[in-house]
Amino acid sequence: MGSLKIENVKKAFGPVEVLKGIDLQVNDGEFVVFVGPSGCGKSTLLRVIAGLEDSTSGRVLIDGADVSVTPPAKRGIAMVFQTYALYPHLTVKNNMALGLKQAGTPAAEIERRIKIASAMLSLEPYLERRPAELSGGQRQRVAIGRAVVREPKLFLFDEPLSNLDAALRVNTRLEIAQLHRRLKATMIYVTHDQVEAMTLADKIVVLNAGRIEQIGSPMELYNAPANEFVAGFIGSPKMNFIDGARLGETAKTIGVRPEHLTVDTKSGAWKGTVVHAEHLGADTNLYLDCEKAGLITVRIFGVYNAEPGATLYATPDAAKTYRFGADGKVLR
Amino acid sequence: MSTATRSLPRTIGAHAILITYTVIALFPVILVVMNSFKSRAGIFGAPLTPPTPKTFDLIGYTTVFGQGDFFHYFQNSLVVTVLSLFFVLLFGAMAAFALSEYRFRGNTLMGLYLALGIMIPIRLGTVAILQLMVATGLVNTLAALILVYTAQGLPLAIFILSEFMKQVSDDLKNAGRIDGLSEYTIFFRLVLPLVRPAMATVAVFTMIPIWNDLWFPLILAPSEQTKTVTLGAQLFLGQFVTNWNAILAALSLAILPVLILYVIFSRQLIRGITSGAVK
Repeated sequence: MGSLKIENVKKAFGPVEVLKGIDLQVNDGEFVVFVGPSGCGKSTLLRVIAGLEDSTSGRVLIDGADVSVTPPAKRGIAMVFQTYALYPHLTVKNNMALGLKQAGTPAAEIERRIKIASAMLSLEPYLERRPAELSGGQRQRVAIGRAVVREPKLFLFDEPLSNLDAALRVNTRLEIAQLHRRLKATMIYVTHDQVEAMTLADKIVVLNAGRIEQIGSPMELYNAPANEFVAGFIGSPKMNFIDGARLGETAKTIGVRPEHLTVDTKSGAWKGTVVHAEHLGADTNLYLDCEKAGLITVRIFGVYNAEPGATLYATPDAAKTYRFGADGKVLR
Repeated sequence: MSTATRSLPRTIGAHAILITYTVIALFPVILVVMNSFKSRAGIFGAPLTPPTPKTFDLIGYTTVFGQGDFFHYFQNSLVVTVLSLFFVLLFGAMAAFALSEYRFRGNTLMGLYLALGIMIPIRLGTVAILQLMVATGLVNTLAALILVYTAQGLPLAIFILSEFMKQVSDDLKNAGRIDGLSEYTIFFRLVLPLVRPAMATVAVFTMIPIWNDLWFPLILAPSEQTKTVTLGAQLFLGQFVTNWNAILAALSLAILPVLILYVIFSRQLIRGITSGAVK
């Protein structure tokens, strides 16, 4: 219970096409992350799945049943929003109970589910408080709890961590991952942060300008990006793209990840000058201005001392270099 | 006290301006209330002094309560004001919600059309309104006044409220939809409480002109049965002799209900449970 199928979904706001034909299959129990830059249509796609927006054309099937004209409350979904969207006039407990009450669930059953969910998310001490009396992290846990008690076929997360500070973001990310493992529910998660996508997903859907660029597991996307966009979007720091002609290559663009470059003070493929060095402790990011390759980023594991202005030679790992054609697609 | 933002001359200056303004604003009100407790000779002899044991007289109030059915006039004014206010807020908020929440053809045009009333005084249409009321047999009923005041208050209400409703988080409304709340429940239970300060503002702006209006009661409902307080006070305003005691007493009394309504609404302005709904 909890599969999703999207068939050729298109969405236009007036003349602006936001989704240009999306096909997607999500299996039961999968954690799928939609990732892409702002304005790529990932949130709109989530809203179409939730039923908060009607698609212009195409079908949405949950568990094989066409829900294109079913109202959100009847789709068997639950959603967690970026801004928490808790009901300000209700206590934490009633926030969680409202959806179930609307659906006519018996009081004892509501009580039981709230008990389980609040234990899972350590919300027991706050059940009688109002959202205004909670911190940001607690509010987001309440919002997640509100989704959990509905026992939905499909969990939808719309950038749930964007409003939290960095430390809380890591904690809540962990909680969501554990929640997925415990509930074995199907979850769809929208984010613009590729780190969240990589750490949470079973399957990542990379979207750009209303189209799916690639679908795959995090490692598939990292190791075998289908095109330049995916290659640049997945991985941090971003992949270096070098004009093929400058290197005397036939490919339009050559891509190499910062971590797949090695540096040497004496010899190497590309001679360059250190522009800036970022010391992160566990690794060091060097920005090199190379004669042949232009400005590139090199990621060195551990501490590496390099002064700006020093001359270094960078050498790409030939086995992990990507070649892209004029259309942006990877050449094999 | 931080010296960076406050200095003594500046504080004194600001207070001087505010106090001057307060005095100017309150002066006529105080003058009316003060003189309403004085005898006729006292009012004309020394209009600016507070009532002394010599000039103190309740003749104005006894006249007001004795002559005419002032209690009834008050009732009329209250009924008209409260009901008009209720309809303005209800319909204004509903229209504002529709304009800010739903995408439909002609949304912007509809918004402009509804706001047009702000720029065109309703009194320009008095003759047509009177004809309309005569034709529908509503002359000399409170319903006529309520209808006119509702129409008069709606444009500003819609204009202000739709701006505020646009600020209510979409996520919150969507969360309600996913939890199975109807659009009406979303409107009444989620959105209205969040725009309560704006509603209170609109209520105050709408209420005062209605309570003080003389024009429409005079034209549409001048009968004894439907007189409002402002119209009733005219009873004492003669062509040759004016009963100032009674007028001042009536006006002083007329301040009270509107003051009470104002206090109720202004508390709403301050109180807000909006925080915590969304970040």
